[in-house]
Amino acid sequence: MAIITVSHLSKSFGKNEVLKDIDFCISKGEVVCVIGSSGSGKSTLLRCMNLLEIKTSGTVSFHDKEIGGSQRRVNEYRSKVGMVFQSFNLFNNMNVLQNCMSGSRKVLGRSKQESKTLAIKYLKKVGMAPYINAMPAQLSGGQKQRVAIARALTMEPEVLLFDEPTSALDPEMVGEVLAVMKELAAEGLTMVIVTHEMAFARDVSDRTIFMDQGVIAECDVPERLFTNPSNPRTKEFLTRFIAS
Amino acid sequence: MERGIFYWIGFLLQEFWPNFWKGTLITIQISVLGTVLGFLLGFLIGIFYSTPAHPNDNTAKKILLRFEKALCLIYVNVFRGTPMMVQAMIIYYGLRTYGVAITSFIAAILVVLLNTGAYMAESVRGAIHAIDNGQFEGGKAMGMSHLKIMMSVVMPQVFRNLIPEMGNQFITNLKMTSVLNVVGISELYFVTKTTANIYYKYFEAFLITGMIYLVLCTLASQLLKLLEKKMAGKNEYEIAAEYLVQ
Ligand SMILES: Nc1ncnc2c1ncn2[C@@H]1O[C@H](COP(=O)(O)OP(=O)(O)OP(=O)(O)O)[C@@H](O)[C@H]1O
Ligand SMILES: [Mg+2]
Repeated sequence: MAIITVSHLSKSFGKNEVLKDIDFCISKGEVVCVIGSSGSGKSTLLRCMNLLEIKTSGTVSFHDKEIGGSQRRVNEYRSKVGMVFQSFNLFNNMNVLQNCMSGSRKVLGRSKQESKTLAIKYLKKVGMAPYINAMPAQLSGGQKQRVAIARALTMEPEVLLFDEPTSALDPEMVGEVLAVMKELAAEGLTMVIVTHEMAFARDVSDRTIFMDQGVIAECDVPERLFTNPSNPRTKEFLTRFIAS
Repeated sequence: MERGIFYWIGFLLQEFWPNFWKGTLITIQISVLGTVLGFLLGFLIGIFYSTPAHPNDNTAKKILLRFEKALCLIYVNVFRGTPMMVQAMIIYYGLRTYGVAITSFIAAILVVLLNTGAYMAESVRGAIHAIDNGQFEGGKAMGMSHLKIMMSVVMPQVFRNLIPEMGNQFITNLKMTSVLNVVGISELYFVTKTTANIYYKYFEAFLITGMIYLVLCTLASQLLKLLEKKMAGKNEYEIAAEYLVQ
């Protein structure tokens, strides 16, 4: 059964129609990677899914209930759908542990002790537990992103959305973040991952989506999408990508 | 024989030190109270001003919000655009004309408060604006309300960034209270003038007062440096050894 269902979703910025009638859903335990050229609307789709961007039309449903209306419901939904950003977005005024505990305490209302236990559990998972006292500014990009992942995991979300989690990283740090994500995928966490890492997408995804000019041009298992795509635009994109 | 300035300074201090002391205390009271309350006002207005309109709000609510924001803007511009001395006269005598008799002490605090509030409101608004949008989005994506993001993420950073500015404002206020003698409050400048009048020793009396202002301002700026240092936190962090790989 689908956790998140997006139907007939459209989004325009002024006259610029960035998403055109998108239909898409994600089921429990699934890992979906979204690829596509720059400006094709991948980030916008992800941001519409957790309502950081206000859609122009269409619906986003969570367990078949449409999300929208009161801010309280939106916030409750967001607490169950985590997001990891390209630019980390760790809170600059909090250390690593406080960052990870913040949502658990302030949104879910868990106790300090419980939040700390969970935060440390997930910080251990991403290999950042020894750094609980560090401030975000004192960490490398890869470390920051792993903390951001731990922060999202501490909320114990049903789905985790990733928007190009490795694009702001130096090449030597990409691996450490992808390794963490691979582990999460293997454990059955439901994830939607926008990425430019083709080998990774091919490796972890159950389904891969190719976006082109605001539409889902192709959606298939990676084995077919990467080797024998049915849409000529997918083929063109992949050859261009391999060439560069 | 003419007596030198050091004689007169000594004499004035010996004879009239309670006057200088009282004046100094009043100056400190007005500046501290006015500044602290002004910061509060400035933060409230700055935060209010930066609150985004909720997309679900109805039209009446949106218009009300616009109206309130316009009021804030008028307040800020009026108080930044007129001299403190003029404001003091208008508030003190104006209120009296309409039957609200406030003491000159209250009037003085009110003027400092409203001035500081106007300047701080603008600074706070700017400082909130300068916080990276990612800080807001990080909070939103976890389901934090705007208020929670403001309280636990944004304002602590804004406050820290504004410490130097708040320090400047406090030091300016310490000195600017001297113009409030126009409403007859016996702050440091006022008592110096009256004290100097007794023996016609203006130069000596104001030398003393100049020294007092200088000491006050120097102390204030040293305290602020200390606070800034404390807020900056440590440069290094300790590795939590208990969590190093088992
Ligand atoms: N806030 C905005 N205002 C106006 N236009 C926007 C805004 N955000 C995105 N766009 C436009 O929407 C289109 C899609 O952008 P989006 O960020 O979703 O692309 P993307 O597929 O994520 O690209 P990339 O791979 O570079 O991250 C682009 O043309 C972009 O200019
Ligand atoms: Mg993007």
